[in-house]
Amino acid sequence: MPADTTPIVEMRGIVKNFGPVRALRGVDLRLDRDEVLGLVGDNGAGKSTLMKVLTGVHQPDGGQIFFEGQQVRFESPHASRMNGIEMVYQDLALAGNLSVDNNIYLGREMTRGYLGGLIKFLDHKGMAREAVRLLERLRIDIRSVDYRVETLSGGQRQAVAIGRSAGFEAKVVIMDEPTAALAVKEVGKVLDLIHGLKDHDVAVILISHRLQDIFAVCDRIMVLRQGQVVGNTPKSQTSMDEIVALITGAQESAIREMWEAA
Amino acid sequence: MSATATTTPETKARRLTVSSVLDRFGIGLALILLMIILAMLSPEYFLTEDNLNNVFRQSSVNAMLALGQFLVILTAGIDLSVGAIMALSMIMMALSSHELFKLYAAFYAQAAPTALPDPQSTTFMLVLTGVCIAIGLAIGLFVGLLNGWGTTKLRLPHPFIVTLGMMNIARGATDLISGGAPITGVPTPMRAFGAGVILLFKKPDGEWFVVPVALLVVIAFYFAFWVLLKHSKMGRHIYAVGGNIQAARYAGINVDRVLNWVYVLCGGTAAIAALLLAGRTNSGYPKAGVGAELDAIAAVIIGGASFFGGRGTVIGTFIGVLIMGFIRNGLNLLNVSVFWQEVAIGVIIIAAAFVDVLRRHAASRT
Repeated sequence: MPADTTPIVEMRGIVKNFGPVRALRGVDLRLDRDEVLGLVGDNGAGKSTLMKVLTGVHQPDGGQIFFEGQQVRFESPHASRMNGIEMVYQDLALAGNLSVDNNIYLGREMTRGYLGGLIKFLDHKGMAREAVRLLERLRIDIRSVDYRVETLSGGQRQAVAIGRSAGFEAKVVIMDEPTAALAVKEVGKVLDLIHGLKDHDVAVILISHRLQDIFAVCDRIMVLRQGQVVGNTPKSQTSMDEIVALITGAQESAIREMWEAA
Repeated sequence: MSATATTTPETKARRLTVSSVLDRFGIGLALILLMIILAMLSPEYFLTEDNLNNVFRQSSVNAMLALGQFLVILTAGIDLSVGAIMALSMIMMALSSHELFKLYAAFYAQAAPTALPDPQSTTFMLVLTGVCIAIGLAIGLFVGLLNGWGTTKLRLPHPFIVTLGMMNIARGATDLISGGAPITGVPTPMRAFGAGVILLFKKPDGEWFVVPVALLVVIAFYFAFWVLLKHSKMGRHIYAVGGNIQAARYAGINVDRVLNWVYVLCGGTAAIAALLLAGRTNSGYPKAGVGAELDAIAAVIIGGASFFGGRGTVIGTFIGVLIMGFIRNGLNLLNVSVFWQEVAIGVIIIAAAFVDVLRRHAASRT
């Protein structure tokens, strides 16, 4: 496939209001193919709202969304998923009572038709086989896909959740704080996994409060503050201090402090 | 996660520990143990064909109610209305058999059509039975759907509420329709479901080895529900809804549809229980199944299903029903007071729920 420079996702001038609250005030976002974009900002800066607009949970009050160069309007999360945009939820949307492969195929179970397709039964073996292949492909280390998810560690669960979202023709995977609930030693594994998604032609948007994670895996970092983009730079051209300053609005507040002191 | 290179995951866990064996077969072992104890305490009678068939026949109503209740409990819900649905369905089966018979007999006497069967004929009785079962089943399914809608459309806080209301509504409707009086006599083919036996084979002593029809009905439904839960998308989704309703929603599962179906099926099993009870008692009576919902819940919990949802098996529920049936039967044979039987059942319910708590602790890391 020739190099395609059209961004996989482009959002232009996104506006979203919740009553009097102006959550997003004209946000532009560009996500290239095979890119890991870090999305950072303080609580309430609009990160999650922006992602909910992208996945169709919220409808924007203004602005346009382009997916693979085409203008789109996702009416529901289902619609965005059908187009290959997957979200990995912060609270790990897995059913602990089901096995790993059951979770990976939850809601899109493979079936086999019997009596000329009149009756459809689950294809247990097929799903287990494909789940194994998926975990291998993504180098996710779990002894058996037959284990119930509740018996796995936090990192393994997160890996299953990511594998689940990345595994099915996903073109964009959005992750909201994937490392927040993990033990320190497991964070590295999950970060490796995120980084590895690039090799499978999956673009990633990573939301995290842990800047060291953002700097470890992202190609570009976008900073939101009070519903606006205040920074958007390749990782190589910025520093953690600069990002922190942008997130907190340190420079601005320093000026304000001077004014108040005067 | 190991720090070394990835190993190929297996499709099947190969782990056979004491706890996993107990987890899978513990309830079956408990049943076998109970049967051995009862066989020793009542060596001359407990294991006879008559007694066992008696237990199966008596347990068949609870078995059907427990099967539907099991589905509901799998979704972390509860259905308090199954006993009342059974009574309503039973009264409607008995009443409609009487009324339809009268209508047809009057019509037949007046028109005397040669092409149609005599009201007293077997053909007509079979048709009548079919129609009445359909009416009873439709009522069960419909009340179940109302329960589902109460949960999914009215968004009542817990199925406890809607099914508690429905329990009173259905019981009241049953009394209104019947005037509080039993209706005696149902068509002969209908009686076969509750009281009939199938002659399987001749034993060496010349007697027939018989199986109650009710037991076969129960086994057929348990098998069908096992297929549903184990091998269909709907079954997988029922487990997912019970395990993590939010995860089920994120996965694109239509949770409301799943819940509606579960309550509809539960109402349906209550109607089948009504058929078995009407057949066994040759009547419909408005006080049928008072408190039966609690027996059904007890059987499900004894059978190892988790009250938190998402855990339990069809076979476990069946064993739970049998354990309750054998305890009542065994204590009867031993001339133990009915009151002590209830104490025993109560202790077992609490013990079974405690086992589930232990199991959850052992299974989950967090």
